[in-house]
Order: sequence, then structure tokens, then C-alpha cells
Amino acid sequence: MDTPVTESADGREILDSVVIRFAGDSGDGMQLAGDQFTQTTAVAGNDLATFPDFPAEIRAPAGTTFGVSGFQIHFASHDVLTPGDAPDVLVAMNPAALKVNLRDVPRGGLVIVNTGAFSKANLKKAGYASDPLADGTMAPYRVLKIDISKLTSDAVEHFGLGSKASLRTKNLWTLGLLYWMFDRDRAPTIKWLEGKFSKKPELAQANIAALNAGHVYGETAEMPQGIGCYKVPKAVLESGTYRNITGNEALAWGLAAGGRLAGLPVVFGSYPITPASSVLHNLAKLKHFGVTTFQAEDEIAAVCSAVGASFGGALGATATSGPGMALKGEALGLAIMTELPLVVFDIQRAGPSTGMPTKTEQSDLFQAIWGRNGDAPLCVLAPASPGECFHYAIEACRIAIKYMTPVIVLSDGFIANGAEPWKIPSFGDLPRIEVRFHADPEGFHPYIRDEQTLARVWVKPGTPGLEHRIGGLEKDFASGNISYDPKNHHKMTKVREAKILGIAKDMPQQHVELGNDHGALAIVGWGSTFGSVNQAVRRARAEGLDVSHIHVRQMWPMPSNLGELLRRFDKILVPELNNGQLYRVLRAEYLVPAQPLDKVEGQPFKVAEVLDAIRETLNA
Amino acid sequence: MTPLDPPAQKLTKKDFVSDQEVRWCPGCGDYAILAAVQRALPDMDVSREKTVFVSGIGCSSRFPYYMSTYGFHTIHGRAPALATGLKLANPELDIWVITGDGDGLSIGGNHLMHLLRRNVDVQLMLFNNRIYGLTKGQYSPTSLLGQRSPSTPMGSVDAPLNPTLFALGAGSRFVARGIDTSIKTLGDVLTEARAHRGASFVEILQNCPVFNDGAWDGVTAKDIASDTQMWVEHGKPLRFGKNNDKGLRIVEGGRRVEIVTVGDGGVPESELAVHDETNRTLAFLLAQLTAPEMPMAFGVLYRDPQPSYGQAVSAQNTQAMAKGAGDIDALLRSGHTWTVE
Repeated sequence: MDTPVTESADGREILDSVVIRFAGDSGDGMQLAGDQFTQTTAVAGNDLATFPDFPAEIRAPAGTTFGVSGFQIHFASHDVLTPGDAPDVLVAMNPAALKVNLRDVPRGGLVIVNTGAFSKANLKKAGYASDPLADGTMAPYRVLKIDISKLTSDAVEHFGLGSKASLRTKNLWTLGLLYWMFDRDRAPTIKWLEGKFSKKPELAQANIAALNAGHVYGETAEMPQGIGCYKVPKAVLESGTYRNITGNEALAWGLAAGGRLAGLPVVFGSYPITPASSVLHNLAKLKHFGVTTFQAEDEIAAVCSAVGASFGGALGATATSGPGMALKGEALGLAIMTELPLVVFDIQRAGPSTGMPTKTEQSDLFQAIWGRNGDAPLCVLAPASPGECFHYAIEACRIAIKYMTPVIVLSDGFIANGAEPWKIPSFGDLPRIEVRFHADPEGFHPYIRDEQTLARVWVKPGTPGLEHRIGGLEKDFASGNISYDPKNHHKMTKVREAKILGIAKDMPQQHVELGNDHGALAIVGWGSTFGSVNQAVRRARAEGLDVSHIHVRQMWPMPSNLGELLRRFDKILVPELNNGQLYRVLRAEYLVPAQPLDKVEGQPFKVAEVLDAIRETLNA
Repeated sequence: MTPLDPPAQKLTKKDFVSDQEVRWCPGCGDYAILAAVQRALPDMDVSREKTVFVSGIGCSSRFPYYMSTYGFHTIHGRAPALATGLKLANPELDIWVITGDGDGLSIGGNHLMHLLRRNVDVQLMLFNNRIYGLTKGQYSPTSLLGQRSPSTPMGSVDAPLNPTLFALGAGSRFVARGIDTSIKTLGDVLTEARAHRGASFVEILQNCPVFNDGAWDGVTAKDIASDTQMWVEHGKPLRFGKNNDKGLRIVEGGRRVEIVTVGDGGVPESELAVHDETNRTLAFLLAQLTAPEMPMAFGVLYRDPQPSYGQAVSAQNTQAMAKGAGDIDALLRSGHTWTVE
């Protein structure tokens, strides 16, 4: 929380930006509180970014540290690129939440604690030998101790819900307090509660009562020294209609839009996997958009059904995460060999193997570019934010169809679950995707290629006179028949490569996000690290450092000018949430002295981490 | 147009022969199956352009290359999954899945199970030669105990799987059995399989003259065939044997069948079990019969149609469309939005 500069007319301290983290037990409703705070903050006109961080266990034993669920929101009167390095305000609903999150709160940060959950048993479960509220642990912080459990129970007592159900509304009570503290309007949340519990009005009323009680508490209770109420003025955003969007929503909607732009039915085969499942959930609701979803028996069947659908003349698509990508490798090879369109969303998570399923990572880059048997090239794209997922899903459809190839879109857990305000595009402004089904029997064979794109013809089964057989065996360049001819295999390998590399001519050149197109240091990021990298470069430049931000979104083929651009910098630093992948690709492709900045903690970069690395690299 | 609509002009066997040289080993049972399919298709009034053969990997999976229809030679074990996506994308297609005992029951057992229980409207032919041919003779999931092969020099110790029982267990609504060289009866079974809406499963006993010659001699050898094969027909008593003098009688309250002599010196025909292809319990009993103790059952063992997967999916799609096709602009603006001036 920045130092308050002024005071608003209603006596609130004006702040430039705030980071709040809600933390509690998985059953405490922290994600819900965070979502509601997000919606309300968007309405208030702030720019924002969010970071939900939840455990893999659906209902971990209550009160334990591994059952702690968190939701961080960063909102400001200026543009917001990251969910924030450290929370200015931590809401800790129980000792475990305090234990897990306190280390992230800077000195002087505000910690709101639900003392009602600080029983001996809960302290023990959280691993506290003594009560941190009494033993001096909290000395560096501003602490607001409230028995939220009791105040909530009192507020909803007259609804007769029983003690357990009453307590469950304490997230709304807490939300009410924060709404008071940051001058948010309760109306959107009240409306949402009435809709959600329309069949159980007493539950809606109880939750609303809890929300109001929290708000009233803020208005009336005497706050300790140094704790007041604040106002974050509206951010200046480009005019237009906005919504909050998560990466997985954007991918699902982008795929539906891509199918519509191409005039093709979409068949989406998928198998549930964290953090990709919500793409399937979103698409399953879009049957009226010509989207058929198929929950397959496994990852292999999921991608195979999509390949079968593309053979049938629909747009086949699938979504998964790293372990599922490993299983899909052979079928991707089949789609490469039979040259069929296929859209694959890989929502990366911490690996290898099962790894840390709910934690974010960028470690599937090698797997996406090279992870198949044989020389098996395909196109790989990487959106940098939730909103960009919409555009890149459509772009994946376009390239898959135009070049008759699989396209992998690399998202990650951070983009998938994080939300940002997104200026909603108008469908009419999006370019149509041309689809040409071959129907002429004259001189036909299935591997006739377009001279420009090198894409083979797409024939819809059912077309008379074009009956043909394709498969995973190598094909003769001139006839499309099976071929074991050595020279032909060499030639076909080169043709498949040239087709994919040629896509670079059809995509934008690499631009520089921030700074000059030459200089002492280029920070080359990709994917979800955009916010932290951009913010760090911005601050470094404000310090007078000669550093530029380049963000790659076309992972394969890479932009045609990228090598030449990188050679104009003395040093290249590549921050990645993996053990060093893009930096190796850059070195291999362009012989440039790229250096890694790796972080493999299942958490996004903090701005400060990138900024420190910039200073260090320039001083070295 | 549906797959069952007849084409304008009557096709013949040679219309279904592709220009590719057939590359199975001389004497392979697959030749007979190919001939049976190419002969039977014209009488089914299919059109070449609406017909697709989808296969996995193995000797049998070369099949699509030899048909002049659409074809997709996919990857090992996954043909059922590919076919499911193909049918979802293009419900008008008439899809045949070609697989073998290794492709369909080992690497692809999971997909086969799900294709059958979902009741995807395809015909699935499983060529069962009880051996891996294309990889040169290792034992397969249907190889008998003791089968010697390069990977089992002292004999297989794996209990074999009965494909027809597997299909019944997976919930298949159409289960039949045929024999490679019985071209006429195989054609009849395939015709029935195609007429069935939903997944039709056909196990075909097939000989591999190179790696498992005589795989089915105990059932198919001419001199014993009348005692080892029982061809079943709906509504008819279960009879077999030279002169049709034997039959099956249900005993132990339906838990077992036994062989009885019919007519002179035996039981009257009225005591024999009558084949009811909608009786799943009977189908399980029949599927388990193995020679030489009992005759092996052939023909349509079970048929009890239910709406196919494709029908159910398109019913939901139609229902979702009832309020009109979706509007992308409305979708993007659904839920909470706000305007910045």
C-alpha cells in the first residue's frame, strides 16, 4: 500500500494501489470472497489483476497448513500488470492461513485476523508452539484482531441456520468489512447472492446480513491506531465495454469464436486434468455455438477423437496439462503426419510427473516444440495474459486450418485461473477464417499441396470421387501413397519443416514491448511472466538503466526478425518459471549469449526478483 | 442422406477394391475377410464416399488401404477413439473399425470398452488370430496358456481373454462371431452388424499361417466343424452336429447348458434352448462355450438396440439450439460487464 498522499472529500485516505490477500481454510470460501471483491472492484473502475492460489486437496483436513486457500487481488488507479509482489493487507481466517502467508507481508502491512479461529487445537494444527497473536510474532505489522466467527454467528443467529451453516457466512462478513475499508459498493454482491440462492432465500438473506454486519462493524467500531479507511481512485482505461476474464474462459470462448469465424463445427475432446478442466466445463455449455464436447476415457482418446473429428471435416481441439501432453504425443505425431488441423491447449503446471498440479510453471516449452518421436514440427503459441488467450485461441484455429497442422497454445495455471479486466472485442471486427474443402476429383491425391503455404488439401469424407486413405505411414510426395523410399522420407521431413517455418511469414514480427530495439540488456520473457517482467523493466528504466522488454508469443516458429533483434543487445536475460528452456532455444537458434533467470517454485515472479536480476546483470 | 440410403447405381465387389497391392502374407485369413467385406458391401447398398474404414496398427489394420472407400490408418489401439471423434464430427458417415486381438484388446482395450459402452454407431471387426503378426509372433491377449512365442519361449502363463465375453461385459448391444474363411456367413453377420444402429461388435476367428498356423483348427477344421460350430438364429432351437442331431438344453436353472442328442433315442426338439438374441444372460452362456467340450457359438449372439451415442449427443445439441444459434457477442458480454467512457 503506497503512502497515502491525500484525503478524499469523505475523509478517506487516497491510495494509488493496494494488494489484498484473502487466506483461509479451503472450506472458508476465500475464492468466493476474492471473486466478489474482484467484480466489485472492476465496477469501481480500478484496473486489477488476481491470483487465486489453492491446494490440490479438495477438502484437506480443516485447520492444516496444506489446506490453506488464498486469493490475491491487486487494484490500482493506474494500469495493473501483476497481482502484486506482496500483500498490503492479509486476511487470515485461521492460524494456518497466518502461518503460511505472514512471511509474504512486508513490515507495517495490515493483517486482519479472525481470533475466533485461534483455538489451542487450531494453533497446534498450524504448527504454532505459542499464540502468535500474543508472543510478539505480530510486532512488525499493523494488526486488526476481530472475532469474526462470533460476530458472524451473532449477525445471522435469527435466521436459525444452525451454528455450522451460520459460520459459513463469515467470508461475507469479512468481505463487508473490506468493502467498508476500501469504499466498495455492496450492491453487486447482494444482487449476486440473491441470484445464487434464489431457491433458498433464507440463505441469501443470511449471507447479505453477514455482509452488512461486516460493513457496519467497519463504520462503527473504533479502529486501532494506523488503521482507517481508504479510497483508490478510478484508473484511466481505454473506453469500451469491459469484463473480467480468466485465461481458461478466454480459451474456450476463443475456440468457439474460431469455429464460428471458420464456419466449422468444433469437436472438443478432453479428459479432466488440473488446471485445464474448466476449458471443458466452459465449452460444454456452448453446444448452441456448434461446439460438441466429448469427455474421453483418457488423454489419448481425447486427442484421438479430435484428430478423428478433423479428418471428418470439423475443427478438432483438445485441452490438457503437462502429463496429458506427454500422453498425447503419439497422436500429435499422427496429426502432423496426416497433416490435419488440430488445436491443443496446454495449461502448464508444475512438473515433472504429477508435480504440483495446482501450481503454475512454464516447463512444457521443450515438450511442446520438440516432445514427439521423429522430426515432428508443429506451431506453438503463448499468450501473455488471460485476455490474450481469446486472441490466440482464434489464431490457433486460423493457423491449424490454413496450414493443416496441429497448433499448441501454451497457457499456464497462473493465466488459466487469474482474472483481468478485458476490453470486449466486437465479433464483427474479427477477420473470417477461410476454409477450402477440396472437391475436385481431377488429378486428385490427398497430399496435393498449396504452393504458398505447403498445406495439403483438406477433403471431407462424404465427397464423391475423392475417396482416399491416409495414415501414420510415410507418404510419397508425388502420389500420397505409402512410401519407404529413403529420398522421399528425407524430402517429406524437409517439407513438413518448411511448412511450419513458413508460418512465421504469416505472423507479426517481434516488437519491443518497452525500451529501445538495441542496447545493454534485453529481458526476453514469454507467457505469463509478462506483468512482472514489464513492471520490472519499467522501474529499471525509471532508474535510468538501459534495458528493454521483449516478450515472445510465437514460440514456434519464432518471429523471423527475432535473431537479428536479439543480436542488437549486449546481454540477454530470459526470466522463466522453469529450469531454463527458452534461453536454450534462443542460444540454439540464434547463437546469442542468452542467460537464464529461472524460478521453479510454483509461483509467479515478483517484480522485485526480476528488477534485482536486471541490476545484477547490468552491474556484472 | 443417412448411411442407409441407397446409392444411385448398384455397385459391385470390384467397386470396393482399391488400387493398392495387398501385402498380407500368402494364405493369411485377412484375404478372406477382405473378400467377404468387398462382396457383402454392394448388397448393403452402401455408397463408397459415405463409407470409412478406420484402423489401428497391426496386420489387420492394413485393411483400409485395400478398400476404395475413405480410410484412416491411425495409431496402435486408438482406432475406436478416432472413430468416435469422426462420428461426432460427421454423423452421416458409415464407419467400420478394423482391429485385432493385440490392437483392440491389449494396447487399445480401454478404448474398445468405451466405444462399446457408449454405443457409438460403428461396426467393429476384431480379427482374432491369437498372435501378434506384424511384430513377428509374440503371444497376444487371446493366446492360449502355454503358447510358445519369441517372448514366451517356455509358454505363455497369461490367462487368455474371450473377446466376445469382453464385448458383452462392456455393454455392447450387438455381439456376433464369424470365421474368416466362411465368407458367405461372415458376409451375413456383417450385414446384420451394419443394419444395427449403435456399436456392433464382430469377432472374426482368423488364421495366421506364418506365426500361429492352425490357430483355430480345433474349431474350423472341416472334419470336426459340425461338432465344434453352432450357428445360432433368433427364435430357432440351438442345434448343431452332423445331421443337426445335437442341441443345447438349459440346466441348473439357467446356470449352464448341456449337450443333448435330438430325435431318435434323444430328447424332443421342444426341450432345446431357443435362441433369443435379446437375452443377455443367454448370450453370456453362449459366448463362453469353447471347443472341443462344447460347440463354439457363431452368428448374432446378442442384439438389443438402444439409442446410439451419436443420437443422444445430437439430441442434446438440438435441444441446446432450440433457442437459436449462439451469439458470440452476447457470450462475451454474458455475466458482469461495465463500460468505461
